[in-house]
Amino acid sequence: MVTPDGEGRMPGPAPAVETRRLVKWYGGYPALRGIDLCVAPGDILALFGSNGAGKTTLLRILAGRVRPTAGTARVAGFEVGKGGDSARGAIGTLAHGHQLYETLTATENLAFAAAMLGLDRAAERIAQVLLRVGLEAAAGSSVRTFSSGMKRRLALAKLMLRECKVILLDEPYASLDLQATKLLEEFLMASKIGGAATILATHNLTMGFGVADRLAILRQGRLVFEGRRDETSLEAFRALFSLHGELGDVE
Amino acid sequence: MSFVRRVVAIARKDLLAEWRDRESFSAMFFFAFLVLFLFNFALGGDQTLIRGASSGLLWLAFTFTSVLGLARSIQGELENDCLDGLLMYPAEREAIYLGKLLGNFTVILVVELVIFPLFAVLYNMDLWARLPKLLLIAVPGTIGFAAAGTLLSAMTAGLRARDAMLPFLLFPLTIPLILSAVKGTEVVLRGDPFELAMPWLKLMAAFDTVILVASLLTFEYLVEE
Amino acid sequence: MIGRGLERALGILAVIGLLAGLYAGFLYAPPDAVQGEVQRIMYLHVPLILVSYLAFFVVFVTSILYLARRCERHDAIAHSSAEIGVLFTALAIAAGSIWGRPTWGTWWTWDARLTTTTILLLIFIGYLMLRALVDDPSRGATFSAVLGIIGFLDVPIIHMSVVWWRTLHQPASVLRPGPSTVAPDMQVALYTNLAAFVLLYGYFLVKRVRLEEARWELSRLRMEGAA
Repeated sequence: MVTPDGEGRMPGPAPAVETRRLVKWYGGYPALRGIDLCVAPGDILALFGSNGAGKTTLLRILAGRVRPTAGTARVAGFEVGKGGDSARGAIGTLAHGHQLYETLTATENLAFAAAMLGLDRAAERIAQVLLRVGLEAAAGSSVRTFSSGMKRRLALAKLMLRECKVILLDEPYASLDLQATKLLEEFLMASKIGGAATILATHNLTMGFGVADRLAILRQGRLVFEGRRDETSLEAFRALFSLHGELGDVE
Repeated sequence: MSFVRRVVAIARKDLLAEWRDRESFSAMFFFAFLVLFLFNFALGGDQTLIRGASSGLLWLAFTFTSVLGLARSIQGELENDCLDGLLMYPAEREAIYLGKLLGNFTVILVVELVIFPLFAVLYNMDLWARLPKLLLIAVPGTIGFAAAGTLLSAMTAGLRARDAMLPFLLFPLTIPLILSAVKGTEVVLRGDPFELAMPWLKLMAAFDTVILVASLLTFEYLVEE
Repeated sequence: MIGRGLERALGILAVIGLLAGLYAGFLYAPPDAVQGEVQRIMYLHVPLILVSYLAFFVVFVTSILYLARRCERHDAIAHSSAEIGVLFTALAIAAGSIWGRPTWGTWWTWDARLTTTTILLLIFIGYLMLRALVDDPSRGATFSAVLGIIGFLDVPIIHMSVVWWRTLHQPASVLRPGPSTVAPDMQVALYTNLAAFVLLYGYFLVKRVRLEEARWELSRLRMEGAA
């Protein structure tokens, strides 16, 4: 098993995310073939890999959406699938699809999320997050009229409605405009300071490298590399990545 | 209670989202009108025959139209990964099922409330006076159909042949319900004493109980991967 | 895995039973006073119906067990039993139809028991179709389990509703409480055939489950090989 700093030292605080020999088979197809992972609170792990490497599957298992075939995963203090429904409250996700209801307005989407999350002072929180992402003017507009950048910002706003212990992001940089990218980075830093553990799965080598504390590469369901960002440089990492034959898909 | 809050939130969201573009409502109303209109040609324009068969025809119209709505409701969640989003909230699966059921039930009931007068106009029947009693039959029937439909649409949503599979699974299971609803409606439309409808109401209550309990217990298994 | 020994034993017993049943039904039992030789189809029709209800009950129980324990064997048994149940039900309806034509003059009647049995057939054909359409085997097993449970729970309700709706079928000769209306030597033939068909069901079930288990074993080996 790979320990957080790769040198056999026990981690300090208990990891916010921990997987042991995580396996997932979809019918006859092995999506994950035994993943050992550890992310401490306050750490940002950037997970790289091409399409089909298993990033989305891993994130969905950690989010409690998919049941693993074998192995264990502990997220925010609970074992996935065993913590009950409320355990998912501490986990925030930003998925591939923006998960917004197009015929509703921005405010209505957020109000629904707040109700589902069981949050109090919903109206106050909604106003706050809309301001933070710069969508307060479009609060009453139907999401259908939004550009893809605006939709991403709204999805981010949904994430910001409450403090999460674990944040899972699947391709967050896709279709983000400059303003939204900046917002995302600010959000990641703020969450980090707040002690949240973040796993960010992306194609985008440059952006992912920039925010990460730790780096990992997933290839065909296996973790082929895991290490600290400050022990390497972007060029070296890029070279390492191409060594694993993945560079064709990646920026 | 946050459970109830979630159920209501889901139902409200479904109804609001649907009301905004009315795509599904319109399709259902148009389809219902078409079906009612076609009854005339199917039964050779014989008004007496149609009035005699009215309880059955009404429920044919209700159920066929409902299938459209049920399919559309779960379809709306599959777009943009909304279903995933829904399932990743810390919401109990039972709350999600009940919320969806409440939304579906409301939509079907509204369609029924439109079909009743439409039928009355097209086939010259006085349904207005009987409406409260008709609803006494229609509500338990609709609850059962919506309950089974919500469960099965969760099962069939991702399948290749989903448009055919939902009705193919739904109708055999709900035959006792439809049968009871038709018989109960018949009692009301004939003006017979309401006690005659009681056995059918009891049967519908039995079906509703079984389907609701079974669905609440098994829904979480259906949505996990 | 269930052993070949059991399969073989059941197979032999089933053949013996069927031969005994054939003898009892066609030679031992007397022809019916009213219906004549045609009535002998009852020795096929009734056991087939009863055993198919048994098969669907097995589907019900193993479906619940599968959802509770996620054991592949329960799913294999449920699937196999459903297939056999559908086959036996279809044969029972066909036999009933052949019986009905000379007896009542029609290939089909809308009487309570026939209608209920046909609805049951439709539900479980839907069950098999659902399985065929779902790609991921464990999701398919879960969906089928839910459908199997609800389908079976629905049966008494269906039955009551259809019975209250109309009754034409002869009153149940085997399942009715009180003195039997069937002559003793006919009863012997009936029970012999019933036992034979239960054995036949058992044989098919074991055979089919072994096939399913072999498939699961194969995919398990593949999984280990790829890991």
